[in-house]
Amino acid sequence: MGKTIIEKIWEKHVVHMEEGRPDLLYIDLHLVHEVTSPQAFSGLRMKQRTVRRPDLTFATMDHNVPTLNRREINDQVARNQMDTLRNNCEEFGIPLADLDSPDQGIVHVIGPELGLTKPGMTIVCGDSHTSTHGAFGSLAFGIGTSEVEHVLATQTLWQTKPKTLKIEISGTLGAGVSAKDVILFIISKYGVQFGTGYVIEFCGDVIRNMSMEERMTLCNMSIEGGAKASIIAPDDKTFAYLNGKKYAPQGDEFLDQILEWQKLTSDEDAEHDDVIEVDGSKIIPMVSWGTNPAMTAPVTERVPFLSECETEAEKKAVQRAFEYMGLEEGQLIQDIHVTKVFIGSCTNSRIEDLRAAAEIVKGKKVASGVNAIVVPGSQQVKKVAEAEGIAAIFIEAGFEWRESGCSMCLSMNDDIVPAGEHCASTSNRNFEGRQGAGARTHLVSPVMAAAAALNGHFVDVRKLAGVAV
Amino acid sequence: MSSFKEMTGKVAAMDRTNVDTDQIIPKQFLKRIEKTGFGQYLFYDWRFKSNGEPDEKFELNHPATKGASILIANENFGCGSSREHAPWALQDYGFRVIIAPSFADIFKQNCLKNGILPIVLSANQVSQLLEKAAGQEYEMTVSLEQKRVYDETDFRAEFEIHPYWYQMLLNGWDEIELTLQLEQNIQEYEGKFLSGAR
Repeated sequence: MGKTIIEKIWEKHVVHMEEGRPDLLYIDLHLVHEVTSPQAFSGLRMKQRTVRRPDLTFATMDHNVPTLNRREINDQVARNQMDTLRNNCEEFGIPLADLDSPDQGIVHVIGPELGLTKPGMTIVCGDSHTSTHGAFGSLAFGIGTSEVEHVLATQTLWQTKPKTLKIEISGTLGAGVSAKDVILFIISKYGVQFGTGYVIEFCGDVIRNMSMEERMTLCNMSIEGGAKASIIAPDDKTFAYLNGKKYAPQGDEFLDQILEWQKLTSDEDAEHDDVIEVDGSKIIPMVSWGTNPAMTAPVTERVPFLSECETEAEKKAVQRAFEYMGLEEGQLIQDIHVTKVFIGSCTNSRIEDLRAAAEIVKGKKVASGVNAIVVPGSQQVKKVAEAEGIAAIFIEAGFEWRESGCSMCLSMNDDIVPAGEHCASTSNRNFEGRQGAGARTHLVSPVMAAAAALNGHFVDVRKLAGVAV
Repeated sequence: MSSFKEMTGKVAAMDRTNVDTDQIIPKQFLKRIEKTGFGQYLFYDWRFKSNGEPDEKFELNHPATKGASILIANENFGCGSSREHAPWALQDYGFRVIIAPSFADIFKQNCLKNGILPIVLSANQVSQLLEKAAGQEYEMTVSLEQKRVYDETDFRAEFEIHPYWYQMLLNGWDEIELTLQLEQNIQEYEGKFLSGAR
């Protein structure tokens, strides 16, 4: 029997295998940020251990960083955390894209952008959205701080071999429908834990037609369905994206690598533990209405009626979500008004996301009473967007144009949604309090967020774009 | 890591599905650089009202749960962010065992690495426990050695745990120390395969 891409990468990385233990896997790339690493470095120091492979480790600061004034950080605790990362990187010889570096940005944006992320690798980071890097055909997953310490000390991790789930998405996506809608659709249909214990392989025509940015959006949110990792076999788009990137192999070495990378596909007779088939043509723009990503509905529909809940537990959860979100059962999605709009996060802050949103915004104005911000995923994205005139489009329309970071996705810095306000957000989690205590988050694609900013409530972006629906 | 063999303790019940790590420890408390002292912030936005007063409606504010060391939770406990601050907060608050029908993968790993025992029981068994512990004092015994949980009356259940974690927890071993004993294997692997990230 053939092998899946996941098995191929796994087998190549096993350092040690023994009955009664998980496999010891080698880690090719360890990405580090300021929030989940300080205790790991302290742990090393306490036991007089060192970082085994600083050359396979790369750090940046993103979670805490201000997106307005970079020079004055008033939050002393946050500043201490950033200083701590700086000192740890210096002490252990780890390269750092610091606050003032042209390479700084959200860790899952800069990994691919710098060519650190490459097909066939094992990649970890103390952040659950590490699944993003699976878009390049790498096995990438989030870990906790104890595991961060373990990787720093040994460059390996004990891992139990996961089950594999194939999600095949056939057909063609309609105009105005993007990867964000695809993943929200899948989670709304299969729930927030269908992926637990699995690594997902995404495949099918829709995937092949997606840009690298869209593939990253898709893999990014697989964790919201419970899957620690997801993967897409690399193809010419992957290679074209990596060509010429700072840390990617160059010249003949790059061409040789492509020959190796092309082998990273699931064999035709490989068997996955489970298979899900999705018709991409039927997906329309989605809006989350509740307090987990499965509580999501198509923009043309309503939030549920309580009578539609199948179990008592579901009814209880939906009722609680209505209460938190300030919604009535059966309310039309398009009647939900927003006062905040956030375009950013490791899910949707790449140049293509900003281009698509700017297309909708061009020549129009943000609705009165709406505060809208755009937070590019990295300094490189920011620079390109400014050079292309995209930043100017947003600014003229009344959006705020910020410095790069995680920002309002988890609101660890000053970018907070006030209690009770509704935010159209391109981020990945609509949990209670995620964007601020009492904040009401609605997850949407970049074009849907742009459309909501212009109208002050959710609208079907397909209509704005002149698509007949 | 501290070892875990057997314990008897008070139970707290939390009958909510999909409790995410943002609720277990809200983001405003992630800026500290230590592992300790997170217990006071556990479930902060649920435990306290906006004026800082404890919210009496919240499960862990019920007097019967005071001093609880076993948490009964529901489906998909610990989903979302990989923040290990979540198990640090649960542990610092006093929990040594969490029983649920299912856990999120990263959270479960994070618990095990800190000597917290995540036990999966069937939905039916968990709902029995939720009922027994709801709004009243209730004690249970958890034996890792025998892989059993039971109370003084009629509840008993067996649970499964990966043999690796069974040994790790019973002995309280330091995982990094164990891995470093395989230094030669790691070196051999690096000699054979390593192309390097950059």
